[in-house]
Amino acid sequence: MKIISAIHYMIFTAALFSGSGWSQPVNAASQKLVLTGASTIAPLAAEIGRRFESQHSGTRIDVQTGGSARGINDARNGTADIGMVSRPLKPQEQDLQAHTIAWDGVGIILHASNPVAALSRQQIADIYTGKIDNWKIVGGRDAPITVVNKAEGRSTLELFLAYFQLKNSDIRPHVIIGDNAQGIKTVAGNSNAVGYVSIGAAEYEAGHGVPIKLLPLDGIAATVANVRNGTFPLSRPLNLVTRASPEGLSREFIDFTRSKQVYDLVEAQYFVPVSIR
Amino acid sequence: MLWLLCGAAGIAAALVLLILLFLSAESWPALRHISIGRFLNDPSWNPGESMYKLTPMLSGTLYAAGGALLLAIPLGIASALFIAYYASPRGAGIYRHLIELLAGIPSVVYGFWGLTTLVPLINQLHPPGASLLAGILVLTLMILPTIALTAHASLLSVPPDYLRGAAALGISRWGMIRGVALPAAKTGIAAGIILAAGRAIGETMAVLMVTGNVVQHAASLFDPIRTLAANIALEMPYAMGDHRAALFVSGLTLMLLVMMLWSVAAQLGRNRDG
Repeated sequence: MKIISAIHYMIFTAALFSGSGWSQPVNAASQKLVLTGASTIAPLAAEIGRRFESQHSGTRIDVQTGGSARGINDARNGTADIGMVSRPLKPQEQDLQAHTIAWDGVGIILHASNPVAALSRQQIADIYTGKIDNWKIVGGRDAPITVVNKAEGRSTLELFLAYFQLKNSDIRPHVIIGDNAQGIKTVAGNSNAVGYVSIGAAEYEAGHGVPIKLLPLDGIAATVANVRNGTFPLSRPLNLVTRASPEGLSREFIDFTRSKQVYDLVEAQYFVPVSIR
Repeated sequence: MLWLLCGAAGIAAALVLLILLFLSAESWPALRHISIGRFLNDPSWNPGESMYKLTPMLSGTLYAAGGALLLAIPLGIASALFIAYYASPRGAGIYRHLIELLAGIPSVVYGFWGLTTLVPLINQLHPPGASLLAGILVLTLMILPTIALTAHASLLSVPPDYLRGAAALGISRWGMIRGVALPAAKTGIAAGIILAAGRAIGETMAVLMVTGNVVQHAASLFDPIRTLAANIALEMPYAMGDHRAALFVSGLTLMLLVMMLWSVAAQLGRNRDG
């Protein structure tokens, strides 16, 4: 009897695995909008798209990932109606129009009991490359540092590496995590750990009694408010880009993604909604 | 009726072949312009920088599964013997239900427990806590019921005449277990162990949460490791191009590993029968 349950389990996981790779078959709709680009934005765009579809019958929002570079390319040559780009536009990309739909900030987190109150940019880089391996060196207690890094391909990792000008192969991690929740639990369970996660997620958990604290960066507190007003340095805009000034369905969808109606979706992904600054 | 059975068996066989085919097809882009040697000899696993070393994950998978089997086999067989020959009928029933309950707990719950309880405990012993040891302990808990329940089932199916014969000869209880019951049940017990090994090698979520996922050959039980299955789950959501194909290569490696295990087991079974 238990053998059967084990086989069920295997079939179920196999089905889950093979299923996740295939997209659902689609039925033709009268109006269709194609979005391609950054994988950071794709889950949010898909959620917003689903709500948009339910409010505008006969429309279909098709979201595909492929990185910010693909978002730029596809928007430029018209393969996609809208590109998703998780960074500000570069000077040579000014032929495109960017519409910021949300902000993403990354904060350094420590265990709440850790006496270290701030770390300089250089200290953080040295901790992550293994040059500093004990909290004593940066003014904490005498204990080895547990470095928590993100898995390859995660956007927070890219942002972190770019900001501290590191290569992932230079980092000497002790724990590698997938999503923000796992990172927060790892740091909360280890009083000598240091990690980095989306600020929205960390602020929420810290506010609900999880023993972690966010470190300020360059003297600026890591709060959602500071990400929103643009002063927090380790943050970036999540942009939808179009070739020309958007019209028709594109216009409607972009306005929808920037409207108050989708703030709950933006916050559910731990991003900061754009507000009138 | 025959056709129905043949059809069902055929579907099962075709599914396995299809999975292999799918894995191979998805791995092909990577295998075409990344030589096999690079999966073995690259300096590290950093797909972002085009480095694709898989061997540390292979060793991590084998260490974790092997360690768990080392712990779970004696514990599982001992539990089965306890239920079958030592416990009172009432006690045996309760104990058996507890083990069945253990088998029914979803893996993510084990992972969560490991992450919030086991890892901090090991961290006090030797940082960082997320380690091979944590992976082995969680996996042991997960495969123990499989081994215990299959071993118990095969002990029950030992013909009672054998046991009565042994009793009639005045052999002690332990002598009967060692000389009669275990040899008669060993095929079933071995099958349970193979099933458990398959689960230990393929387990993903629980292992991913407690082993630290650093790609390296573990030098001690307290070193973090990454298994092949965890590698796929960790990086697949954001992978594209060669990175994605390289993850399918790790899936293919995992599949080959399990197939190798089964063929070795089949070989062992054949030798014993012959």
